[in-house]
Amino acid sequence: MGKVMKPYVTIKGTKDGLLFYFDDSCPYSEILEELTHKLEHNQALWEGPDTKIRIKLGSRQITSEEEHSLRDIFSQKKNLVIYGIESEGKPHLIESEMGITTLSGTVRSGQVLTHIGDLLFLGDVNPGGSIQASGSIYVMGALRGLAHAGMQGDERAIISASVFKPTQLRVADVISRPPDEWTEFDSTMRFAHVVDGQISVERMNHFCQIRPDREWKEVQRSYRSL
Amino acid sequence: MGESIVVTSGKGGVGKSTTTANVGTALALAGKKVVMIDTDIGLRNLDVLMGLENRIVYDIVDVIEKKCRVQQALIKDKRCDELYLLPAAQTKDKSALTSNHLRWLVSELKEEFDYVIIDCPAGIESGFQNAIAGADQAIVVTTPENASIRDADRVIGLLEKEDMPTPKLVINRLKTQMVKEGGMMAIDEVVSVLAIDLLGVVPDDEQVIRAGNDGEPIVWERSCLSGKAYRNISKRIMGEMVPLLVLEPDSSLLIRMKRWLGFA
Repeated sequence: MGKVMKPYVTIKGTKDGLLFYFDDSCPYSEILEELTHKLEHNQALWEGPDTKIRIKLGSRQITSEEEHSLRDIFSQKKNLVIYGIESEGKPHLIESEMGITTLSGTVRSGQVLTHIGDLLFLGDVNPGGSIQASGSIYVMGALRGLAHAGMQGDERAIISASVFKPTQLRVADVISRPPDEWTEFDSTMRFAHVVDGQISVERMNHFCQIRPDREWKEVQRSYRSL
Repeated sequence: MGESIVVTSGKGGVGKSTTTANVGTALALAGKKVVMIDTDIGLRNLDVLMGLENRIVYDIVDVIEKKCRVQQALIKDKRCDELYLLPAAQTKDKSALTSNHLRWLVSELKEEFDYVIIDCPAGIESGFQNAIAGADQAIVVTTPENASIRDADRVIGLLEKEDMPTPKLVINRLKTQMVKEGGMMAIDEVVSVLAIDLLGVVPDDEQVIRAGNDGEPIVWERSCLSGKAYRNISKRIMGEMVPLLVLEPDSSLLIRMKRWLGFA
């Protein structure tokens, strides 16, 4: 039975590194298995200078745990550096309903809070401190320092804070410094998101216009009068 | 067994040594046995503020290097019997001390004194690390300026990593008039950024500089508002509940009377 298997992991060389295409129709575990196999064999192939790796997941989205196990496999080869994990047309991470983590405290000058996933932070981020997350950042408190949402390239991530006075905002690769007129609205809650490659800051009640898929709808119930 | 308190700030020139000198003196005036340690090796000036420069024979590095006993290096204050100073060395640099040295020295002094007050050098390098090593608690001094608050915030972050209770805040050189005009941050704003307990607020006062130059801490001036602020701080350190000073000299009875009579 000479059944020719189509590989689940296809590797292509490009000008600035290697592209890994993952089949999106097979179970994820088989991809990891094949990847491990490919990396462990052909030792000579993987030796060399630092190489940038981009991973194309196809239409598949993965959880942050799946991403961790993927990164674990690559971490065996020190010269392979993951520069990006992408799914077609959407963020590569599945935003699970329970995916938000709550942390509290004060991020002081010189301190960096890094988080994988969405982050709800109860406390202040002071000037000189920074808060980074691969997902969105919600600060219940004053944001006076630097916030970087969508650290790994998710442009749909947002930054919101009860007191919105950041020194700098970053969403994915977009960087913005608050213009001087921002000082006007110091007391209300705001959020920042990316529109056309630029960061825009808006009132919280505009959020549902930007992400209509997240808007809650009142369920129409018919009450029977007794 | 006494208590050791480090006075620190991150930024230089905000009044660490002045605070150390005045709080130390005020505690001694309240009947406590106090020793102040200057850990700013190479840039000592606590002795100058206390007016004790000409009495220095041995310094902290001599004690560490066992050239003398701890008792020999302690300088008794001019006016207070229960107040001592352990001066820094002026000819050495900060590498002459390690945090273990300080830990040993402070625990030694705590045996004998009620309060060991450690004057910390500016910065967050080895000098700072050494100074905080032996401390049970910390006082962070800041002025109501952004640069100073930024550094204080950094220092608080570093202190929180240590095994000690949350530091207390002293706001120094507050200019009430400037706050009113909006040119300086108000007390509330500073406290809300730094998010630690306020130990006291000291108004900006020329007399503090004058007193420092004369080598007499301002707490000796009974009538002076900044001296009173320092006395209140020392009371709060001793665990008394003291309300915050009203920092508006305009509202004092004398001036109101003068104004009423048309003199001011």
